[in-house]
Amino acid sequence: MAYQADRSQYPSRRPDGSLDIDLSSGKYLKLWQGPQHPGITGNMSVELTVCGDEVVEGKTHVGYLHRGFEKLMERRTFIQCFPIVCRICVPEPDFNEYCYAAAVEELAGLEVPERAHWIRTLILEMGRINSYLMYLGGQAGALGQGVIGQWTTYVRDLMLDRFEELSGARIYHMFIMPGGVRDGLPDGFEQRMEETLREIESTLADVKDVMFNNAVFKKRTVGLGYIDPAIVDQYGVTGPTARAAGVAKDVRRDQPYLVYPELDFEPVVGQDSDVFTRADVRRRDLLMSVDLIRQILARMPRSGAVMAPLPNVLHWKIPFGETYIRGECSRGEYGYYLVTDGSGYPRRVNVRGPSYTHAMALLERLIVNCNIADVAALMVSLHTYPPEIER
Amino acid sequence: MTMQPLYQALKARFPIGELTEQRPDLAFITVPREQLRGLLLHLRDQEGFTHLVLLTAVDWIEEDRFQLTYLLHDRKGARDIGLRVMLPRQAVIEGAPMESIHDLWPTAATYQRELREMFGIDFPDSPGVNEDFILEGWREIPPYRRDFDTLKYSNATFAPRPGRESQDPAQYMKAQLYPDGA
Repeated sequence: MAYQADRSQYPSRRPDGSLDIDLSSGKYLKLWQGPQHPGITGNMSVELTVCGDEVVEGKTHVGYLHRGFEKLMERRTFIQCFPIVCRICVPEPDFNEYCYAAAVEELAGLEVPERAHWIRTLILEMGRINSYLMYLGGQAGALGQGVIGQWTTYVRDLMLDRFEELSGARIYHMFIMPGGVRDGLPDGFEQRMEETLREIESTLADVKDVMFNNAVFKKRTVGLGYIDPAIVDQYGVTGPTARAAGVAKDVRRDQPYLVYPELDFEPVVGQDSDVFTRADVRRRDLLMSVDLIRQILARMPRSGAVMAPLPNVLHWKIPFGETYIRGECSRGEYGYYLVTDGSGYPRRVNVRGPSYTHAMALLERLIVNCNIADVAALMVSLHTYPPEIER
Repeated sequence: MTMQPLYQALKARFPIGELTEQRPDLAFITVPREQLRGLLLHLRDQEGFTHLVLLTAVDWIEEDRFQLTYLLHDRKGARDIGLRVMLPRQAVIEGAPMESIHDLWPTAATYQRELREMFGIDFPDSPGVNEDFILEGWREIPPYRRDFDTLKYSNATFAPRPGRESQDPAQYMKAQLYPDGA
């Protein structure tokens, strides 16, 4: 006979659909997951109402990292906004730089040199690798496998070295600026990048053995946090989370930007749409990024301009207009909606991060009936970075 | 590819405003507020714009208007359309409600909750719209409105840390470069 859960302790629903939770009945307990980092979800918290060890309701709370970026930018000139935007997402800041720069270029009518497009694509793929490596460590860590995080942090550090020699900075690179990129590649960069990529591949082979072939990891993640492909569009699900559900959404393929039309790749797609599949899709996507970096380094032009001439940036006025620029970051669709009014300051900048939909509406739906011990793994599997929710 | 055929098809059904083609795959249309819901449903169910990319507001304080932008994406057609709804600013500040679309896309509830907090635009039917989203215990006017002065608020709310002084960048650099005052 199939297992039947005992629902007698569960709350009934009020006419408006909300749960009728009477805390004084003693059946329920409020439990806060966060805002300290549970795994790598960053400083956000989920207010759980639990019955026994099962979650009956979860509410996401954000605001711990709000710095008012969108408002700050309205008081700054277009070039002054450039060093601010990267701070919206710490582990993968380059998408902010690219989307902001591309939006400004489009509205200002700037033509970016071909070589800068290649270098931009290279940086975005390097950032994607960093972000995925951090994720893999966090996903395994949420289930008690601390060693994976140590391995991935080591190879991520090697990639940060490559960023440092390219841009002078490890975390906030500020390399992709309106008009192009700051510089070309340093001498011998390709060789050192190849060594780093080999090290990453070797580590990922170990990660596959220890994490993905581990009975405990499989037992705890297979079937956890199932996302129905039918709700992917309803809930604004994008990126690897959508691809793990079998929906081959990838902006790099659907609406190619930069030099992606010239690169050879196919979006990585999974089927089962659970935490295990999402982790596996990201691992395979990471390997695809390694391949893309090799393609870029083999084919990019070695000489030529990397910056378009900019007007006097202190008196740079951009005509009236509005646009939206999107890119495929490691978590899904990242986009900038920029409105200009003919002055030297943006009228409105709106940042569309994938976490905005994943960590709010989607997480609150998935978390119901989840075991308390699985909440951290579920949160991490959506790969959310809270600063892009509260900007 | 152009958005003109879609625009002509929409114009035959709905009384909509002019088309602004920003790129061949991105266009904005200003729509009357009462047409919004029908248009969103038509675009979602008939034209393939199934993904609500974002919902946000722009404050045109000089023209006494709030602009709501509903950006929709059609993945098969690789195109986006932005619907602009202009709301009378003063009426919104005085509490005039705007229709919620959380029943079309559940994620819209989050956007509407943020708009309520940051711009003061009310969506009365949206779930949890009056709960604090980012700013807990905020007492001032909604901060993303243009008439909210961040510098004034900051000076009034936070005390400067002792032992620090501000320099005028031009004067400071001049003193550094030409210490003799040349």
